[in-house]
Amino acid sequence: MIHSLFLINASGDIFLEKHWKSVVSRSVCDYFFEAQERATEPENVPPVIPTPHHYLISVLRHHIYFVAVIQSEVPPLFVIEFLHRVVDTFQDYFGVCTEAAIKDNVVVVYELLEEMLDNGFPLATESNILKELIKPPTILRTMVNTITGSTNVGEQLPTGQLSVVPWRRTGVKYTNNEAYFDVVEEIDAIIDKSGSTITAEIQGVIDACVKLTGMPDLTLSFMNPRLLDDVSFHPCVRFKRWEAERILSFIPPDGNFRLLSYHVSSQNLVAIPVYVKHNITFREGSSQGRFDLTLGPKQTMGKAVESVLVSSQLPRGVLNANLNPSQGTYTFDPVTKLLTWDVGKINPQKLPSLKGTMSLQAGASKPDENPTINIQFKIQQMAISGLKVNRLDMYGEKYKPFKGIKYMTKAGKFQICPYNTPFTGFSLTVLTNQIHVFR
Amino acid sequence: MYKHELSSNLKTYNPKPQGCSSSSSAGRAAHLLIGGLVVQSLAAQSACLNEDLKEMLESNKESLKLEAMKRIVGLIAKGKSASELFPAVVKNVASKNIELKKLVYVYLVRYAEKQQDLALLSISTFQRALKDPNQFIRASALRVLSSIRVPIIVPIMMLAIKEAAADLSPYVRKTSAHAIQKLYSLDPDQKEQLIEVIEKLLKDKSTLVAGSVVMAFEEVCPDRIDLIHKNYRKLCNLLVDVEEWGQVVIISMLTRYARTQFTSPWTEVRGAEFDENKAFYDSDSEEKKDQTEAKPYIMDPDHRLLLRNTKPLLQSRNTAVVMAVAQLYWHLAPKHEVSIVTKSLVRLLRSHREVQYIVLQNIATMSIQRKGMFEPFIKSFYVRSTDATHIKTLKLEILTNLANEANISTILREFQTYVKSQDKAFAAATIQAIGRCATNISEVTDTCLNGLVLLLSNRDETVVAESIVVIKKLLQTQPTQHGDIIKHMAKLFDNVTVPMARASILWLMGEYCEKVPKIAPDVLRKMAKTFTAEEDIVKLQTVNLAAKLYLTNSKQTKLLTQYILNLGKYDQNYDIRDRTRFIRQLIVPNEKSGALSKYARRILLAPKPAPGLESAFKDRDRYQLGTLSHSLNLKATGYQELPDWPAVAPDQSVRNVEIVEPCPCVCTESGSESEEESSEDSEKTSSDSGKSSSGSEKSSSESESDQKKKKKTKKAPQKKSKPAGDRYTEIPAVCHNLKHCLFPQNDSKKPTFRTSGISLFYMSFQVTTSSFGPLKTYELLHHMTGKGLSAKYHFPRQPCLYQPSMVAVQVILTNSSDHALEEIHIGDQSPASLNIHCFNTIERLEPGASVTVSMGIDFSDSTQAANFQLCTKEDQFSVSIQPAVGELLMASTMTEQDFCKEQGKLQGMNEASATITMATANASRQAINKQVLSVANVGEVPSSQNNFSRFAGQTVSSRALVLVSLELSESSGALLTINTEKSVMASMLLQDLKQALAQA
Repeated sequence: MIHSLFLINASGDIFLEKHWKSVVSRSVCDYFFEAQERATEPENVPPVIPTPHHYLISVLRHHIYFVAVIQSEVPPLFVIEFLHRVVDTFQDYFGVCTEAAIKDNVVVVYELLEEMLDNGFPLATESNILKELIKPPTILRTMVNTITGSTNVGEQLPTGQLSVVPWRRTGVKYTNNEAYFDVVEEIDAIIDKSGSTITAEIQGVIDACVKLTGMPDLTLSFMNPRLLDDVSFHPCVRFKRWEAERILSFIPPDGNFRLLSYHVSSQNLVAIPVYVKHNITFREGSSQGRFDLTLGPKQTMGKAVESVLVSSQLPRGVLNANLNPSQGTYTFDPVTKLLTWDVGKINPQKLPSLKGTMSLQAGASKPDENPTINIQFKIQQMAISGLKVNRLDMYGEKYKPFKGIKYMTKAGKFQICPYNTPFTGFSLTVLTNQIHVFR
Repeated sequence: MYKHELSSNLKTYNPKPQGCSSSSSAGRAAHLLIGGLVVQSLAAQSACLNEDLKEMLESNKESLKLEAMKRIVGLIAKGKSASELFPAVVKNVASKNIELKKLVYVYLVRYAEKQQDLALLSISTFQRALKDPNQFIRASALRVLSSIRVPIIVPIMMLAIKEAAADLSPYVRKTSAHAIQKLYSLDPDQKEQLIEVIEKLLKDKSTLVAGSVVMAFEEVCPDRIDLIHKNYRKLCNLLVDVEEWGQVVIISMLTRYARTQFTSPWTEVRGAEFDENKAFYDSDSEEKKDQTEAKPYIMDPDHRLLLRNTKPLLQSRNTAVVMAVAQLYWHLAPKHEVSIVTKSLVRLLRSHREVQYIVLQNIATMSIQRKGMFEPFIKSFYVRSTDATHIKTLKLEILTNLANEANISTILREFQTYVKSQDKAFAAATIQAIGRCATNISEVTDTCLNGLVLLLSNRDETVVAESIVVIKKLLQTQPTQHGDIIKHMAKLFDNVTVPMARASILWLMGEYCEKVPKIAPDVLRKMAKTFTAEEDIVKLQTVNLAAKLYLTNSKQTKLLTQYILNLGKYDQNYDIRDRTRFIRQLIVPNEKSGALSKYARRILLAPKPAPGLESAFKDRDRYQLGTLSHSLNLKATGYQELPDWPAVAPDQSVRNVEIVEPCPCVCTESGSESEEESSEDSEKTSSDSGKSSSGSEKSSSESESDQKKKKKTKKAPQKKSKPAGDRYTEIPAVCHNLKHCLFPQNDSKKPTFRTSGISLFYMSFQVTTSSFGPLKTYELLHHMTGKGLSAKYHFPRQPCLYQPSMVAVQVILTNSSDHALEEIHIGDQSPASLNIHCFNTIERLEPGASVTVSMGIDFSDSTQAANFQLCTKEDQFSVSIQPAVGELLMASTMTEQDFCKEQGKLQGMNEASATITMATANASRQAINKQVLSVANVGEVPSSQNNFSRFAGQTVSSRALVLVSLELSESSGALLTINTEKSVMASMLLQDLKQALAQA
């Protein structure tokens, strides 16, 4: 399966290598660098690259390429999923997954990689088990370790690997027993210029942070489980009960985990919480363009739209932009032509706007396209799909836990496209007219 | 060498020459002072560093050693060599410090290959550790031992693997499965022996082992499909509980297996619904046609079992698992069932970029054959400006595949925005996609063509060029009506600068010169002017155009042609010179050209077949979906072809399994012979097991009905249908237990999801799950006193899920009143200290309905009754559960030796014995087993003596051993002995057993 792993940073240095079978020379990465050169953007490097004797499967996260070397047939998703799991584990352990963090903790990284794979086949990937085997480094522990010479390798043996609930450590004890659930929904949408929705979907997750003593058995029920169209579960969730009763019943892992990710069926109308009025024009023959953009809330059920960030890739011909935001700050990068406007909170009484002019390259023809606008925002205390948790019950333990639930809505891939649909430039009527011109 | 040079250099600077090895800071500082020798000094420094490390490793201080090892691991991670430290490191292999030991292991595995002799020094440490009482130490020793790639130790590894494969701990067995692959790659000659181990491990019932051993199977002997037969049903049933990575491996193996063992489910549905796929599956449809007519297709129940048990995995969070199930359904399920995977695949598109890439590739292949599957989700494939280019192209591919008369207008509208994209490569790909839609859907050909013509006036050159190329292809398919488009392109010609586009226009002119008789010569005239400045490809097409015009319209173009041919003759490019020479010989008749020039017209102006605008994924279906080969469209090393369905299903009975283990009362007679037992014998056993496992029959009801159906409909030969009776007996053995633990309330029919079949280990004795003792049901609440609500309970004899110290109790609640009962739940309990795990409140029980719920009660190893109130919305009824002493036990398995050893420890006070008179009916060993097991939940200990029966168990709450032995004497008398530290229990159990054995 997985033969070796190379970690490559943005500037193309291999800064970590690990081999699970015999050593593969790092020159194999040259094929990767070739592909990287061919790709214009870092994201465009193909995830699977064949070389004469090996296959390279890579993922890009946090500006680091994780390149796995494969020698024979294996489902590529198997490797990709595993690599992502490695990144998640690093993030879990070090807080961030950067080159510096990995280099600082190279021993822990090596110990982790050693436990996660045996002979290239995943062995322990559950964070709960790994944490029993190898303690995550904390400042306190590092200090104690240097003074006393003790280790961060767990003295205990990973009993979790044998238990009926492999995802949960045994002997968990807390003085404050608490269980928090975050319902986070993301709206992916494409909206046309006139504000009508081309596609809109809601993706949601329930992230949990459970700190409960012993072996609690939880059930979580929803007011409106019918909303959930397609779901995927953490392995702890009992599928049968979901099938039969639409109740999430599970013995939770200890700590943070993603309980559920779901999709709200596209049949339901998706409420779009913001609207954008924009007018970006370039005049033929003039080296100026006008930029006018206004944001406003809509269908937010009275909740404030926060952390709004507008970004747009302006056409290549634009040299600079001289804009005036009514609130927040904007930046324009003349090299990448990326305009970002950090709006902050939308005040419904005084709608934020960004107006001004753009200067174009002298002599360049009028850009033939309008830029798409990407928007990010957050709305606290609301799940846009209307999903509501009904109750959380605990069985199996006697204490009374503190239970908390939080809702949040975010923009996922929220995109305003610059045209109206139907797009007139190409519509059928025009086409037939055109035919007449030919004749 | 550096060292030497350096020290000689040092001499000149330093009055006291210091060797590197001294590693004093003064010495090192001196090195750095030597400006011209930086390189040398750095190398020397690293040598010094290594010396440092060596010293640290040889010190007595644990912390120094650890520090040194950490630095060495840092070196390894950077890819720097640290092999010269091998002797110093290997000394620490037996260190007490776990972290140090682990780091030494890391080092050893990395460098052992290079330093084989030295590596052997460490072997004895591992051999010792392989015997350690702690399973984790055994496992990790085996792991490292097998990772050292030193051929000399192959026999040692082999031995270790064999031993570990028989280990009590499933974790060690799992490690041994991993070691099999390592040994195989080190020495493929061991294959035969390794296959034996694999065969043994395949029989393992632990979910921990299943994934790893199947992985080993795939690596070592993927063609030995016969090893799977007996384990097929077990693997299917365990699947949901196996860890996620194992699931992927098992699913892909089972896909291959199913393709060799079952007949195609596609035959019946074909024709009517899925005409479009006919071409693709035509090859196998031929041979099966007569079959289909002969009898309707009935899916093998085993085939159905696989499909049913993999379906819940579509909800997995692991994308690889979802993909694996999707490909399984694609390759194995009847056509109308495949679409259940769609939603899950579309869900994966929200995952990381790389996941999207692979999933989109697979969807692209699927969407060619089955448009309908993804059509409702077409919007999910709309391209976003933030997507990476390869994702965009794949989405485009899928959108094109999904296009049909109904949705083409939406898709085209979407395409129009893409054409405007700033990513020009993507815009070009969109234009090609429009071209493909145009050829595939005749209704929109004209629209597309005209749209493309419009794009010709686009300001971006790549867009224009691509449009021309696509238009060229489109026109070729239907040249007759499009004279005006060609004219329009001729007009554009002056403005187009992209060579490929110019060449395409020239080719079009030449090909259809008869349709534009006036314009073509004019274009040629223009070309003659600029010929020398053109790109090679344009020059070639100019020559081409000249030749064609010469043949059709020589009057006007003769001079032009000759001029161009002369220019071409002296071109710098030899290709053009060659072409010119060839064309001249071909078209200008002279004495040398001979026969060929007569055919010049037919050669140059032959009707040319239109180029097909086909999907790049057209031919990918030759690879199994989800594989690396499919992703690369290239056969990867080690790719296993997916076999075609067999025309006739191989013998189904090979998958039948005898019930071997968890059922002492049934299996005693078959246990010894079960391995080779033929179908005649098994009939007997099956009827037997049918009776005694009546409790478990429920769960298999669905499979049972499958069977019945099968029996009715299928006129299989006598021999085959015979063993059908016991086909499913194995399934309940596994899933029945789990079901009741986990899903107490729903009377689920399907095998369970997400528990673990891992046996629990206590005191290193295996606690087996349960035995099929005849179930005794006790009344909890009579329907007269319960105002219509009646309740019965029994002890299912499984480890309780809620808490290991609880006894599992199943309560069957029945509503015999005429109105629905609501909110049935458990109220107050007494004694207050009693620890009861209540069942969840039952919201509503309809009249006549009954429901089985499970509870856990911690009796604390006493027979004191558990009193509690059973409440409905209106009433409360006090009930009590009084456990028989035998129900407070859990069966455990142990060897005879262990039994005797433990018995030896429990003498004197802990022993209770009595001489009893046995009923004559209970003389046989089987009868004894049955009687004992009916009283107490104990496990039989295999006995070598005929007149001894031994049983072992543990108390549920405090895990105290309870050993029962029965020595038969000559007459009907027997000596019953019970050893346990719970003396009260001993005497009670003694009474119960005495009574049970005395009665017939």
